Amino acid sequence: MIELDNVSYGYRGNALFSQLSLTLAPGSFHFLTGPSGAGKTTLLRLCYADLRAMRGKVRIFGEDAGALNRDAVAMSRRRIGVVHQDCQFLDHLSIAENIALPLTVSGRAGEAANDLEELLNWVGLGPQAGQLPPELSGGERQRAALARAVIVSPDVIIADEPTGNVDWEMSQRILNLLIELNKMGKTILIATHDLAMIRSAKSDVSARILRLTDGQLMQAGAEL
Amino acid sequence: MKALLALIVGDPLADRSVPQTGVTARLTVFVAAVMAFLAVIALAVSLTTNRVATVWAEELAQSATLRLPADPATADALLLYALEVLETTPGVSTVRALSQDEQQALLEPWFGPDLPLDALPMPQLIEIVADGDGYDVDGLRARLEGQVPGAILDDHAAWREPLLQAASRVRLIGWTVILLIGATVAAMITLAAQAALAANVQVISVLRLVGATDTYIARAFVRRFTLRAGAGAIIGAVFGVGVLALMPQGDASGSLLMDVGFAGAEWLWPLLIPLLAAIVAFFATRAAAFRRLREQT
Repeated sequence: MIELDNVSYGYRGNALFSQLSLTLAPGSFHFLTGPSGAGKTTLLRLCYADLRAMRGKVRIFGEDAGALNRDAVAMSRRRIGVVHQDCQFLDHLSIAENIALPLTVSGRAGEAANDLEELLNWVGLGPQAGQLPPELSGGERQRAALARAVIVSPDVIIADEPTGNVDWEMSQRILNLLIELNKMGKTILIATHDLAMIRSAKSDVSARILRLTDGQLMQAGAEL
Repeated sequence: MKALLALIVGDPLADRSVPQTGVTARLTVFVAAVMAFLAVIALAVSLTTNRVATVWAEELAQSATLRLPADPATADALLLYALEVLETTPGVSTVRALSQDEQQALLEPWFGPDLPLDALPMPQLIEIVADGDGYDVDGLRARLEGQVPGAILDDHAAWREPLLQAASRVRLIGWTVILLIGATVAAMITLAAQAALAANVQVISVLRLVGATDTYIARAFVRRFTLRAGAGAIIGAVFGVGVLALMPQGDASGSLLMDVGFAGAEWLWPLLIPLLAAIVAFFATRAAAFRRLREQT
């Protein structure tokens, strides 16, 4: 699905990581953890071609991400659902319209009606469908972001701190939604600081836990 | 045609993706209206100059003046000879000796109304009007030289050319003004579009995140600015045409100041101005949007 091969990246001449490799196989579930500033978000952005690797190769669905033109990047985003920590909504549109946005931009707005209602109920936001994003709580926004990420039935879901702003109960609810998606065959990559969430997931899903620290990506697990 | 219809009708969902920007919208309409008004006036001046210059040139090309020597002893005889020569010249349509009152009226602007023309040795003037094909100017000059000594034929060539050159320059200035107005509209729309794009960084970021192509994002901005510029230009053009229609018209005698406006099919020209404004806005916004999208994401 997505493959990073000896990838290096940095900001203003400072290397964040170098010669890093990662493969997200179809249907796999990955947690990415590590201290703040280690480069987790950067790594995720490389995975959905929001950044281009300085060295090495990123392959997305078999294509060299560095060679993709802007339209091709947009097309690849339609197969990758992204959930940001700060959610990023269009504040002038209702939650239902925001969730349907990936369908709208891909010219499939007509498919939205049935899928949308089902999805809103799945994430428990049916009653909030007509509300504007600023009117929702942090947890509701996170669930809305997740619903938006999956409405086009993407092959891969990349979530950056999806439970960063919510309480334990809500983080479990979001995690369960992601596990459910993985059981439906979706490839999941989650960057998180929430070790408790990772521990709680271990019993429900076969997840690979990666730790990014000092520019190195290592397999973790035993200490969790 | 399909693309034009799509641009006008638009995609309501795509349009809603980008929030409305009130001040930019109103300014765009206002500036487009003002520029269209100025363009209509510049167009009218240019076309009027062209029309008046054509009338003047045609009149001057067909008329000439013969001046006889101011010698009271030979004046009557010379006048008879001259009229005989002119009336027998092929291509001469009408010949008319100016009366004393007409000659006095010609001099009045310089010497006042009380000039005692009787007491002065005044040359006799004869007005010559050519028919459609005209006459042989050099041949006529040669005949006059032999039969009417001292007569001077002025075919107005000396000042017809400078007049046409001046009219041509006014026309050029008019079209240059219209081009500058077009460039100003393009610059203004580009600035307004850039401001709108800069104010919607977050919107663009979200749209890119969910898989929107540059064309999709740009379309919402392009359509909006194209329609605003077109609507503003329609208002300005209608206002400009209305002002010209209400202006007092001359007697079609070729007075530039009295005839500024459009005549006949020329009234169709202002219809092009909103269309051109919309085309300029379309390409200016499209270029600004794609440039901004490349820079931002």
